[in-house]
Amino acid sequence: MKRKLLSALICVALVIPVGATATAATKVSDGVVKIGVLTDMSGTYSDLAGPGSLIAVQMAVADFVAKQKPDFKIEVISADHQNKGDIAAIKAREWIDTEKVDVIVDLVTTSTALAVMKVAKEKDRITLVSGAASTPITNEQCTDTNVHWTYDTYALAAGTGKAVVKQGGKTWFFLTADYAFGKSLEKDTSEVVVEEGGKVLGHVLHPFPAQDFSSFLLQAQASGAQVIGLANAGNDTINAIKQAAEFGITPKQSLAGLLMFITDVHSLGLKATQGMYLTTGFYWDRNDETRAWSKRFYAKKNRQPTMVQAGDYSAVTHYLEAVKASGTDDTKTVMAKMKATPINDFFAKNGKIRVDGRMVHDMYLAQVKKPGDSRYPWDYYNLRQVIPGDQAFQPLSKSRCPLVKK
Amino acid sequence: MTGIFGISIQGLFGQLLVGLLNGSFYAILSLGLAIIFGLLNIINFAHGAQYMMGAFTAWIGMTYLGVNYWWALLLSPLLVGAFGMLLERGMLKRLYRLDHLYGLLLTFGLALIIEGLFRYRFGISGESYPVTDLLAGGKNLGFMFLPKYRVWVVAASLVICFGTWYVIERTKLGSYLRAGTENPALLQAFGINVPLMITLTYGYGVALAAFAGVLAAPIFNVNPVMGSNLIIVVFAVVVVGGMGSIMGSIVTGLGLGLIEGIVKSGMIANLLSATFDSVPVAKSIVYPVKLLFSPEASAVTIFVIMAIVLLVRPAGLFGRER
Repeated sequence: MKRKLLSALICVALVIPVGATATAATKVSDGVVKIGVLTDMSGTYSDLAGPGSLIAVQMAVADFVAKQKPDFKIEVISADHQNKGDIAAIKAREWIDTEKVDVIVDLVTTSTALAVMKVAKEKDRITLVSGAASTPITNEQCTDTNVHWTYDTYALAAGTGKAVVKQGGKTWFFLTADYAFGKSLEKDTSEVVVEEGGKVLGHVLHPFPAQDFSSFLLQAQASGAQVIGLANAGNDTINAIKQAAEFGITPKQSLAGLLMFITDVHSLGLKATQGMYLTTGFYWDRNDETRAWSKRFYAKKNRQPTMVQAGDYSAVTHYLEAVKASGTDDTKTVMAKMKATPINDFFAKNGKIRVDGRMVHDMYLAQVKKPGDSRYPWDYYNLRQVIPGDQAFQPLSKSRCPLVKK
Repeated sequence: MTGIFGISIQGLFGQLLVGLLNGSFYAILSLGLAIIFGLLNIINFAHGAQYMMGAFTAWIGMTYLGVNYWWALLLSPLLVGAFGMLLERGMLKRLYRLDHLYGLLLTFGLALIIEGLFRYRFGISGESYPVTDLLAGGKNLGFMFLPKYRVWVVAASLVICFGTWYVIERTKLGSYLRAGTENPALLQAFGINVPLMITLTYGYGVALAAFAGVLAAPIFNVNPVMGSNLIIVVFAVVVVGGMGSIMGSIVTGLGLGLIEGIVKSGMIANLLSATFDSVPVAKSIVYPVKLLFSPEASAVTIFVIMAIVLLVRPAGLFGRER
């Protein structure tokens, strides 16, 4: 009873009934394609994913129905995984067993992504990871039913790390969140820094989450490193940046926010973040196409979309198109179709899904604008460089994914 | 460079100072909790949410009404304190005769609701509150750069903390409060309006939380969960100091802030390595201790200390056995 009530409460269903057409009807199991948005609805990552991700997916479905007039029904449900792997896995199992969910999307935080990928593989369902960042998703723990859509720690390191070293930031000290993601980000960035001729002087691990960074920042300051790499995310990054300015660390030493979302920059303001480099998979103000889509998103959420939310839209659209094109929602067939079809939308140009599940697309190196240069709300970035997909992401030759035949 | 255990003397001074800065936040928050517990017997779990409300009230005032920092420092505690008094009159009042657990559950539930509402309205990433011009910048002390604002925070909290202590322990009004803790019925018989006194005391405790929130706004990111991140630590401070002990909460707050600062600097871990690493057996025995006092475990340190203190003195450092 409790469970029923809970699912009734949680599941916001968007049902779009469509009249059946006579010719070559799509064979859809249980008569409906069901998309589950599993995300952090109320915690640390709820601004960069969360309710905004649900909106993006609902937009993708509405647009697909309007444009393609499919002969099958599509439903969207959502739930809060609270950034906990076990809760995410239980919800995924329940969704697949009783709700007949065909595809699970978003999956912010690595632990939830890895847990749900495992369940989905076992039950032969598709996962489209947009929120989580760690590289094991497409390496040691890769599955043939998963696509890692938006970004990963390798791309962040390759983008921001390289750019900062090239600007003259040769010596680094890391402030690292003490969990899988922080360590993965530090490791990937250290490799890039050393490869580019820089040097890593040391690191300090901080508890996750933390409020006061002054002790850790003083250690970073004492190291004398030119660059303090922030291998953390969300509020930890925000507080570290704020307090670095307070203690006079910046601008003498510079900060590299290794994972920053536009929502973080918005929260901190341009005064505190100006001049920082960051790597992103999407910026709303990049071209007419991105602006047009973001404007519609803004109308619903009152915030510009993050790369995670834009990635959700792109992933779900690609999935639905593959279902329509292959005439079935059978996992293997749809996955094959998705991998065979290039992705061309406002998010990615000639994007391609590799055998390890990595969706390869261009990433962007952005620099945060000075307050005086920002002309309208959310005018935050100067895009400095397009990082071509094959350079942004880990090459297959380095892959540790068992699916990659070498 | 002269150094002890991998940290320069300068570095150590810096870390101690930072510890003191954090300690003053702990002190002012735990003071409010101690007063409320001492007089009302309520474990005020909404304290963190009230601290967050203080910070948000300041931010809302500045953003929408142009209220500056100094006015916020006065108005925000008044507003949030008044909200606290409404809570006391409307809800908490009914729980005094019941077990502690009921007060805890009610205030915990309230904290969740308040945080949820703020999260719904403002999102989780939070808002930025600038340091007021008068306190911006800082002074280079040679061994560290000391932000003016942090000095102000320490000074303001010390004045408030010791002022409160003085009023409660040394004045006539304070004697009524203390008598109210001991025997409210008798005090009422002397013609003192005890219920009003209790309401005002709760309001004051809540106002202290809001005051700390305004102090914190320019340092930390103002976000809906800023209180829940801090409140558990503050509870540990109160328990170590002795539930309800005014001086206990002030001294313990500052002391634990200092200890936490030293742990975060990595000095204790380095010291243990330097002393025991050459002896293989000792190294493995000391290893778990070293782990507990390493910078990444600094969030745990206070709780380890709490466990030790409770083993030795179950009523806390300054508490009285009942």
